[in-house]
Amino acid sequence: MLMKALSIMFVMIFTQNYVLVQFLGICPFLGVSKKFDSAIGMSGAVVFVMTLASAATWTIYTYVMVPNNLEYLTTIIFILVIAALVQFVEIFLKRYMPPLYQALGVYLPLITTNCIVLAATILNVDNSYTFLESCVNGFSAGVGFALALVIFCGVRKAVENARPPKCFEGLPITLVAAALTSLTFMSFTGMAEKLFGG
Amino acid sequence: MNGVMIAVSVLCAIGAVCALILVVASKYMSVPENERFPAIRACLPGANCGACGYAGCDGYANALAEGTETRTNLCVPGASGAAKAVAEVMGVAAEEVVRQVAFVKCNGDCEKAGHKYEYEGIQTCSAANILFSGEWACPNSCMGYGDCERACPSDAIHVVNGVAVVNPAVCTGCGICTRTCPKHIISLRRFAEDRVQVRCSNTQTGGVARKACSTACIACKKCEKTCTHDAIHVVDNLARIDYDKCVGCGECVEQCPNGVLVKL
Repeated sequence: MLMKALSIMFVMIFTQNYVLVQFLGICPFLGVSKKFDSAIGMSGAVVFVMTLASAATWTIYTYVMVPNNLEYLTTIIFILVIAALVQFVEIFLKRYMPPLYQALGVYLPLITTNCIVLAATILNVDNSYTFLESCVNGFSAGVGFALALVIFCGVRKAVENARPPKCFEGLPITLVAAALTSLTFMSFTGMAEKLFGG
Repeated sequence: MNGVMIAVSVLCAIGAVCALILVVASKYMSVPENERFPAIRACLPGANCGACGYAGCDGYANALAEGTETRTNLCVPGASGAAKAVAEVMGVAAEEVVRQVAFVKCNGDCEKAGHKYEYEGIQTCSAANILFSGEWACPNSCMGYGDCERACPSDAIHVVNGVAVVNPAVCTGCGICTRTCPKHIISLRRFAEDRVQVRCSNTQTGGVARKACSTACIACKKCEKTCTHDAIHVVDNLARIDYDKCVGCGECVEQCPNGVLVKL
């Protein structure tokens, strides 16, 4: 069990990193990586939402959808559940944990509609993970997103100090930098199989 | 029951349960929002420049809505219009906004200021400043790589011939450039056309300053002797004006041998 969890974590954070290897969640990746503070805030929200969403959707899938043979409704039901869950969590945090609400702030509802959350939850049921494995998967996918965001935030700071050619200024040079950052993660390919005996 | 009925009913049931939870949650867990906040926020221009000292317009509106001690005239881009509207919502007397503009305390352009070495590195002021405080002979000289120009949200400051120049007509006085400049030679001044400004920051002694730049303040004290209002004094080898006493007569401007004093 522990080995399985470790294997999932390693795969989600490094070899199958959602942002840099699978190219999901690119919008927040480019949007909030300008400042370190907002990158951390966004990462926190993603880890939080993904873990909760994994738990909630796994429960619904196993106890409601499978008994009724409704697996083909995965996408629509998961979107519904995730949206409602995040709305609820936002209200709950605002009332009972204002500091956490302040820290996650606007990023909490923003990330709800992103494909990265849906991808994590659908992957859980596709791989027929258990409840705990699903939570670990959601959590480590979020951590992988955080890692990508923090690394890219640093890359972007370095890019900002340089002066690229006029036609590359702004988004173009950012995309080039993102591509190069993503290349570095290719070096993890095949590592998980050797480490954990695939 | 056939498959379609089950699918529709399950989906509807999940939707209904979610809706019910959200309705209950928003009813019993909602936090009463300060009702003055949206009204105050609507009065502010939404430029998020930070001139008021708060993190964006939302932060300022929040501070106004929360406490009574926050001044209503802090919004510089909104000027007196915003201040009046805010004061109306708050129910207090409106205060006039003091319009401020940025002022660059350096006039040493490419012809007047000397170099101590040739700089070929990263073309930003902050990078050049790290290397022996920049290439210019004067330690307080404008670097001219335009960090302020890039930081300015209203396109009011531009590097002209190696020295930054503010366009007072466009400047909103947000003060971002004053915090960006690695030499700290940009400051906010009250906007008034007839006021005299010292356009130099060099505090070296006369001879050294003169060698570094032909338009530096050489602390000759001519202005101090000319002024009949006791408003200008040379302190630390640099002329400084006491704006409580200065009437803006401009006599010192004519006397200054290096063109350091200017009327804004």
